[in-house]
Amino acid sequence: MSHSNADGGALPSYLEVSGRRTGILGWILSTDHKRIGILYMSLILGFFLVALCIGLLMRLELLLPGPTIVQPNTYNALFTLHGVIMIFLFIVPGIPAMFGNFFLPIQIGAKDVSFPRLNLASWWLYAIGAIMALLSLFTGGGVPDTGWTFYVPFSLRTGTNVPLAVLAVFVMGFSSILTGLNFITTIHRLRAPGMSWFRMPLFVWSLYATAWIQILATPILGITVLLVFLERLFGIGLFDPAKGGDPLLYQHLFWIYSHPAVYIMILPAMGVISEIFPTFAKQKIFGYKAIAFSSLAIAFVGYLVWGHHMFTSGISDTSRWIFSLLTFIVAVPSGIKVFNWVATLYKGAIEVPPPMLFALSFIFLFSIGGLTGFVVGALATDIHIHDTYFVVAHFHYVMFGGVGIAIFAALLYWFPKMFGRMFRYRPFFISWVFIFVGFNTLYFPMFIMGWLGMPRRYYDYMPEFQIWHQISTVGSWLLATGVFIFFIYFVKSLRAPRGAPDNPWGGTTLEWRVPSPPPAENFIEIPTVTAGPYDHHGEGDA
Amino acid sequence: MSTATLHEPHVHVDATGAKIAMWLFLFTELLLFGGLFLAYAVFRTYYPADFHYATTTLSVSIGALNTALLLTSSLTMVLSVAALERLNRRLSVILLGVTALLGILFLVNKYFEWSAKFHHGLYPGSQDLALHPDGEKVFYGLYFTMTGLHGVHVLVGVGVLAVILAMIARRPRRTVSVPIAAPTALALQGDSGPLWHQAADAQLDAVDVTLVYRENEAVAHRQLIKLENAGLYWHLVDVIWIFLFPLLYLIS
Repeated sequence: MSHSNADGGALPSYLEVSGRRTGILGWILSTDHKRIGILYMSLILGFFLVALCIGLLMRLELLLPGPTIVQPNTYNALFTLHGVIMIFLFIVPGIPAMFGNFFLPIQIGAKDVSFPRLNLASWWLYAIGAIMALLSLFTGGGVPDTGWTFYVPFSLRTGTNVPLAVLAVFVMGFSSILTGLNFITTIHRLRAPGMSWFRMPLFVWSLYATAWIQILATPILGITVLLVFLERLFGIGLFDPAKGGDPLLYQHLFWIYSHPAVYIMILPAMGVISEIFPTFAKQKIFGYKAIAFSSLAIAFVGYLVWGHHMFTSGISDTSRWIFSLLTFIVAVPSGIKVFNWVATLYKGAIEVPPPMLFALSFIFLFSIGGLTGFVVGALATDIHIHDTYFVVAHFHYVMFGGVGIAIFAALLYWFPKMFGRMFRYRPFFISWVFIFVGFNTLYFPMFIMGWLGMPRRYYDYMPEFQIWHQISTVGSWLLATGVFIFFIYFVKSLRAPRGAPDNPWGGTTLEWRVPSPPPAENFIEIPTVTAGPYDHHGEGDA
Repeated sequence: MSTATLHEPHVHVDATGAKIAMWLFLFTELLLFGGLFLAYAVFRTYYPADFHYATTTLSVSIGALNTALLLTSSLTMVLSVAALERLNRRLSVILLGVTALLGILFLVNKYFEWSAKFHHGLYPGSQDLALHPDGEKVFYGLYFTMTGLHGVHVLVGVGVLAVILAMIARRPRRTVSVPIAAPTALALQGDSGPLWHQAADAQLDAVDVTLVYRENEAVAHRQLIKLENAGLYWHLVDVIWIFLFPLLYLIS
């Protein structure tokens, strides 16, 4: 790759160039993709910490059988809130909105996304959706208590403020769609000269696959929650059995979106890992095309597996075994990725600074989450463990152990680039120990409890589960300690002295060829690309 | 040659990119309605007899009139685009106005149609409808949701057309006079580099005249992209109605 930004230090960085306005307005009205990325980051990470604290409260309640710190209704509100915030405000927008916005244009050699103003509008829609979600807590009948899935008929009957909450989901879905179509157009239209499809970094490939799911799946969620809203307002009856409606139809429509949505969450995380591994193994990634195509394969097959959430809902045997088979098939491309990442390490000159440490633990935790997916994807075992803590554990291993850990890795990997400062390794090593040990202490007992028959979302439990719940709660304290150490030092590092090198890790993709932090329009001159993305030894395309 | 630093940072106009994004957006709209069409298919299978009866209560003539209105509006929409392509602003604006007007007429019709249904107590949650069989309740639920969501789209469409209309109707007033020492500004006009040299060799006045003409064309080009995309949206609204009309009014 040629790079002609040698004297880029002369340009002011995006942190200094605020456009026509200054101060806070220079941020919230900025169309610079990097500023928008940081805007998302501040909200998304803020909500993450809030939902984390709610999770802590839930675990604390379960420390002892019977009432401990809250009443049953409050507990219902807590797990709904935890789910809604973590899913719709944190992990769905998560990586694409924070790091996709910041790095997608830079990685393909563009000055910005195709539609910068639309990009800003997406952030505003996200923010408005978030405000509506917050309002739903204090208005109407109070905090929704349906769980994040808003299953009918309960969501039609409950007195809590479901209508505003689902409308908030609708608005945030719109934000997600607009981001998706912006990214697809950007990738198609704004790649730098020589940046062919197979020279794109794998993070871009993962965002591309994700953007397609965002576009193809999110409208179904939109119409579904809209119907719940209309049902609550006018009683149109489509989901209400008392009026001839069909609650099962709701479940189908909901999961037609919400299963692909887990790939909206995990694919960009896999993209992050595909960036970090070659950089710290000082190797070209193993099986570039296999990883790129497996992203698309996951996006495609992931579309057709929603029925596995409904194995016990009363769908036909034929559809159950078809959905089960498809569920097993979707594991193939995920497995391809894991093997390729591990193969990338083979004979590499591996360094393990904090971002790589988190990326390595992603492999470990995601593999546990993925493999237990077979247990819930198989019909016979799923009947036994459906709606138990086993599912909760599986989901958290994939989502937190996978996506959450990948977000920590990405935050550290791109920190010097985004803020132009370096961090000290030691606090993050310490936080990793707490996070890794705490995570497994928190969630692994849930596999055991679930297998023994502990149902999810229950406020109370039988005495024989007490020991597992207590181990789990202690784990939540360890994990939270680790996360707080992480973010305390993250914020402290923002005040570290300026002067991170342009390429502290020896990365090979385009973002490492622009100054840290990047100037307002990224490149003085659009680069011409002459080689693949992970060309550590100057071998060119191969 | 370095491109000049104007105050507008992202002035590049990517017509193809805009089209791609618009088609993607239309696709999401189709999927939004797709959920409703799916629900329709499911409930039609559950309650064939009730749907059969309920369909006959809708007025085919009003539905047909509305179909004619929307189809005609799509025609005037296309003609408006064609007029702007030929730089005939006046005609483009008139045709666009007719399109929006037809859209409004559609909504007026819809209003009377809905009012009649309300008058007969045929709306979700009414006491009269509660006495009808389940299939009919679901039918009217679907009827109001589908035509309601479609009506919202017509309304949004009319709004979009109005904004574009105002944009095209405003005469491009800026006459850029380019000082002879600023060839970089000219470079922004794309292939006008050689033109500059031509003009510089000849008279200064010639530059001004050519520039105004070119800018008009560039402005029209930018507006054309927006008009075309608005047209695509309008056609989508039309196409969805083409499916709603037989499903709700005709099949019985």
